[in-house]
Amino acid sequence: MSGVLLEVRNLTRIFGRDPARVRAMLAEGLGKDEIYRTTGATVAVDDVSFEVAEGETFVIIGLSGSGKSTVVRCLNLLQVPTSGQILFAGRDILGYRASELLAYRRNRVSMVFQNFGLLNHRDVLDNVAFGLELRGTPGDERRRKALEAVAMVGLGGQEHRRIDALSGGMKQRVGLARALANDPDLLLMDEPFSALDPIVRRDMQGELLKIQSQVRKTIVFITHDINEAFKLGDTIAIMRDGKFVQCGTPGAILEHPANDYVADFIQDIRQRLPEGCRLQSLRGPAVCPLNADPNVGR
Amino acid sequence: MLALLADTFPTWYKLDIGTWFDQVVTHLGVRYSWFFDLVSHDLLWFLNGLERLVNGIPWWLLIVAVFAVGWRATGKMRNGLIYAAMLLLVGVLGLWDQMNQTVAIVIASVLFSLIIGLPFGILAANSRALSSALRPLLDAMQTMPTFVYLIPAVMFFGLGKVPAVIATTIYAAPPVVRLTSHAIEQVDPEVVEAGRAFGANRWQLLFKVQIPQALPTILQGINQTMMMAVSMIVTCSMIGARGLGLEVITAINRLEIGRGFTSGIAIVIVAVLIDRLTQGWFRHGLKPGEGRS
Repeated sequence: MSGVLLEVRNLTRIFGRDPARVRAMLAEGLGKDEIYRTTGATVAVDDVSFEVAEGETFVIIGLSGSGKSTVVRCLNLLQVPTSGQILFAGRDILGYRASELLAYRRNRVSMVFQNFGLLNHRDVLDNVAFGLELRGTPGDERRRKALEAVAMVGLGGQEHRRIDALSGGMKQRVGLARALANDPDLLLMDEPFSALDPIVRRDMQGELLKIQSQVRKTIVFITHDINEAFKLGDTIAIMRDGKFVQCGTPGAILEHPANDYVADFIQDIRQRLPEGCRLQSLRGPAVCPLNADPNVGR
Repeated sequence: MLALLADTFPTWYKLDIGTWFDQVVTHLGVRYSWFFDLVSHDLLWFLNGLERLVNGIPWWLLIVAVFAVGWRATGKMRNGLIYAAMLLLVGVLGLWDQMNQTVAIVIASVLFSLIIGLPFGILAANSRALSSALRPLLDAMQTMPTFVYLIPAVMFFGLGKVPAVIATTIYAAPPVVRLTSHAIEQVDPEVVEAGRAFGANRWQLLFKVQIPQALPTILQGINQTMMMAVSMIVTCSMIGARGLGLEVITAINRLEIGRGFTSGIAIVIVAVLIDRLTQGWFRHGLKPGEGRS
């Protein structure tokens, strides 16, 4: 892990009219509920800052309505922030001209969606090639790269199947392949496995770890599943009411939860740790006394 | 003051928009007659060409084509045979030429409906303002009794095919506008988001994501437009369009009940064939996994 790829500073996203007034109210320290009552505006993201290093998997976890999906949508400007800065490779993407934004989306950043967002009028291969097609990659190269991506996610031989004929897990493999085919610097994943059955979800998490060990992409991963967060994340941010409650390595969060909310959130994980076990990350070998099962939490 | 609250609606003021319409129509007819003549002339040239084209298809070839398309589109040979037999019946009833005249008018009207309707449908899907402006207009186009605009159409364009096609287009265009805009609005937002996230520009989003995703519903709209155009056949003949409709009108005027039913059956056959063949074709063409885009 070398430099910082993505730096988000004071990101705020307000839904509703008169965001300036809402910002002033936020500055006065008024709560979200009160702001909603008086102005009808919703503060989805409230002054969030974080950094993502190259090759890092940054997981944002929170309950529904906590603003995590809005944060990730701001990173490719599907949502336009009300205020703040999003520095990608040192440059604020909010300052991009329209053509630069298209180039950024086509070449730098890819996204995987909760309900896959696939084009069911195309087969597997043409879905995977979608990003390359938008970019204008010539036919042969497009096909080659798409085939590579299809093979990488374990769908080799299924290139010409219809999307409707695939299971949920396979659909998301297509979604992942589509994102990887573009060879992006930054991979945004918005609850990619939440719509899947538990067993399929576990397989896909394993698949992602395997792929990530080969490609070392920078990933921003959104989830509401605490086990998933600790399994995949190098860094985890716990989000509540539009703010980051705590941000740190899995080990640090486990050992020093910032408050009762975080403690409550990670209870599930702690209970599954063997007595006296200390984890740096659930992904790496646990720092455990002898005889404890290092694979706990997988 | 009390007069206002009387039992019957007060009659001392009457808003006379009728006279105003009269004046507008007369004025337009005189002032812009060169324009209407031009449109009329070109349209007639086009319609005559189209009719010659339809007439140029040998009868046996059309029957074979209907059989083949019917078989392929529905996947059943039996259906193809039934459709071919129905078409044969129209010929046997002695109405083949009239059918061709009618089909040419329907084709032209549908063509114009699509040329106007599809772009408006697409624009309306992307613009709330246009969509709310179009809605009352479309309502009026569909519910305004046809004769109301049929008469001015005759005044502007003369009797015959030209006003018939124009009136049919007015009547038949709304479904394709409505269903196109509805279909595009209903495309899964996440799929549209995916298109944007991967860097689709406006055109790419429209042609690679929104229209293909909306196509099944758009085709439904096109099918409805065709059916509405067919339903105008008889009305059109009242202003001098020849074809199956004229047979019906003549039969009614002369109280020839048998002749009326004969041409009525031919109209039903034309409608059913157009409906089944296009529906089957649309569905068949849309079956995903059949070859690649």
